[in-house]
Amino acid sequence: MTESDHTDETPENKLPAQTGEVHEVGVRQGMFGVRGSGDTSGYGGLVQPTVFPGEAQRPYGGWYDEVADALVAAAHDAGVESMAPRVVIHRGEITFHVRREDLPVVAKVLRDDERLRFELCSGVSGVHYPDDTGAELHAVYHLLSMTHNRRIRLEVTAPDADPHIPSTVSVYPTNDWHERETFDMFGIVFDGHPALTRILMPDDWPGHPQRKDYPLGGIPVEYKGGTIPPPDQRRSYN
Amino acid sequence: MSQDVYAGSSDTSEGKVFTVSGQDWDSIAEGLGEDDTERVVVNMGPQHPSTHGVLRLILELEGETVTEARCGIGYLHTGIEKNMEYRSWTQGTTFCTRMDYLSPFYNEATYVLGVERLLDIEDDIPEKATVMRVLLMELNRISSHLVCIATGGMEIGALTVMTIGFRERELVLDLFELITGLRMNHAFIRPGGVAQDLPPGALDEIRSFVALMKKRLPEYADLCNANPIFKARLEGVGHLDLAGCLALGLTGPVMRSTGYPWDLRKTQPYCGYETYDFDVQTWDTADSYGRFRIRLNEMWESLKIIEQAAERLAKLDGAPVMVADKKIAWPSQLAIGSDGMGNSLDHIRHIMGESMEALIHHFKLVTEGFRVPAGQAYVPIESPRGELGAHVVSDGGTRPFRAHFRDPSFTNLQATSVMAEGGMVADVIVAIASIDPVMGGVDR
Repeated sequence: MTESDHTDETPENKLPAQTGEVHEVGVRQGMFGVRGSGDTSGYGGLVQPTVFPGEAQRPYGGWYDEVADALVAAAHDAGVESMAPRVVIHRGEITFHVRREDLPVVAKVLRDDERLRFELCSGVSGVHYPDDTGAELHAVYHLLSMTHNRRIRLEVTAPDADPHIPSTVSVYPTNDWHERETFDMFGIVFDGHPALTRILMPDDWPGHPQRKDYPLGGIPVEYKGGTIPPPDQRRSYN
Repeated sequence: MSQDVYAGSSDTSEGKVFTVSGQDWDSIAEGLGEDDTERVVVNMGPQHPSTHGVLRLILELEGETVTEARCGIGYLHTGIEKNMEYRSWTQGTTFCTRMDYLSPFYNEATYVLGVERLLDIEDDIPEKATVMRVLLMELNRISSHLVCIATGGMEIGALTVMTIGFRERELVLDLFELITGLRMNHAFIRPGGVAQDLPPGALDEIRSFVALMKKRLPEYADLCNANPIFKARLEGVGHLDLAGCLALGLTGPVMRSTGYPWDLRKTQPYCGYETYDFDVQTWDTADSYGRFRIRLNEMWESLKIIEQAAERLAKLDGAPVMVADKKIAWPSQLAIGSDGMGNSLDHIRHIMGESMEALIHHFKLVTEGFRVPAGQAYVPIESPRGELGAHVVSDGGTRPFRAHFRDPSFTNLQATSVMAEGGMVADVIVAIASIDPVMGGVDR
């Protein structure tokens, strides 16, 4: 590809416009998962950053501002100084990224403050972003306020080197099993959980299967010593 | 006492251990007679028929009173969420439909709604596809509630409830087979719409099913509603009030049995539920009996929705069932031939004989799939067991970066301890049946 190609403004050559702030997490290389071998497709050199929706700008619109203001104010009253959650609004869903040390207080005010009243927690969902350096492990909480009929998402991160996140079981007892599952699958240690043990995998299982670096098994084939490589090493679209 | 390989006893550091299966409880009574304590720890399951699949219950008993109840789960864990990360977005429906095998359409729907939100095509889904989704989901609610009532009845000895429950469920499965080609594990609801149009004659079958169900549903009420044995076993059992439900995250019939009319179809409508006429069913006893009555009433409400959906579908004859965007819509078509359902020969002729571009397009979409913009979505829906939601995360690729299912069975099963402790051991089964856990959904 030559430099002049970049000025080609025909629709098929235009990159989609990036609107607003974005949050970059890693890059995607090539198109067919080929590394090192002769890829004649021409797509092997393609480098695309993996960008997640970035921080939203005020005003957020609707009830989002109200909730965001109430959360910061209530957390401040409860003893969290200078809490500035990173707020992401994407496809009509609002996400508050909060510091992990603030999580117990934030969860408590989200449940108890009358302007917030998020009575129901729909559990914890872990996500492993190996390329999000320093924040590889994410714990995602979906909260529902039945009083106000609102939903928000709470996201907390922990680095791989120190996979600790405070437990929310004392605020939302429903998270008991959800945190056990997230520990089982990702190895996130929820400090303060009453009995953090494996729940789906056997008690003596090594490793945490949902992590992206968990080795997948290949399948031996009874034909001239062949094997089928594990799914993450097969040639595939990416 | 003779040594039986299946029912023996042995001394361990934890005390005397008995292995009991079937009807040989006498050996326990004999063995305990010498002991001065009545405290027994019982492992119930994981293969006990009353435990809805493979659920292990660890009960600590004081006589016949349960002092502590714990659940051991994970016996059906198959790594579906992990598997989905190595398949295309469309293939994801094939996996997630197998989670909660009694309500497959709900698993598909919540996942697909999440994918569609990330694709930003929520407003482009054809009306017919949405109505068909509603129709299938409500049929599925009936079949799921029937299994709950049937197995719940069987566990307390009401065998007729089981036989008639499965008789009616069979009718629903026949409809599924007619519409999707499969009785379960349909993978019918796809990102962008549904897999194919209604087959000819389906609406007539649905209408006659509704007419038949209206005659058959009163049988359940006649058998159970005022039956003194049934009521004695269910009333006041598995009590959990609203505060307990909220703390433990219980939704669905268990929460509605406390009198709180929370139903996502009404409170946060999706798939156009706000345009259907139906009522949210509640009860005020917060016990197993109330949950039974709610399920019975909800089947009537589902019939109302099915009738309205069938009416709309009659007017939508020939309308598209897949999104118009050819970069997302599944290209392959199915048709019914003389030997059953298979590839549409018209489509094969088109791609193999007429248009090379169509062949390339078909190949790319089926092998590579479409890309979903990076982000995350959570679109919960009201499954027969409560709030079912898929947390779908995309990194902009052709496969889900992460798909996590918040399955109501998993969450609701946490209430076993509070429902069972302090009660009789026989009531444990009733309490768990009233939660209606499906282990495929619990363990995923």
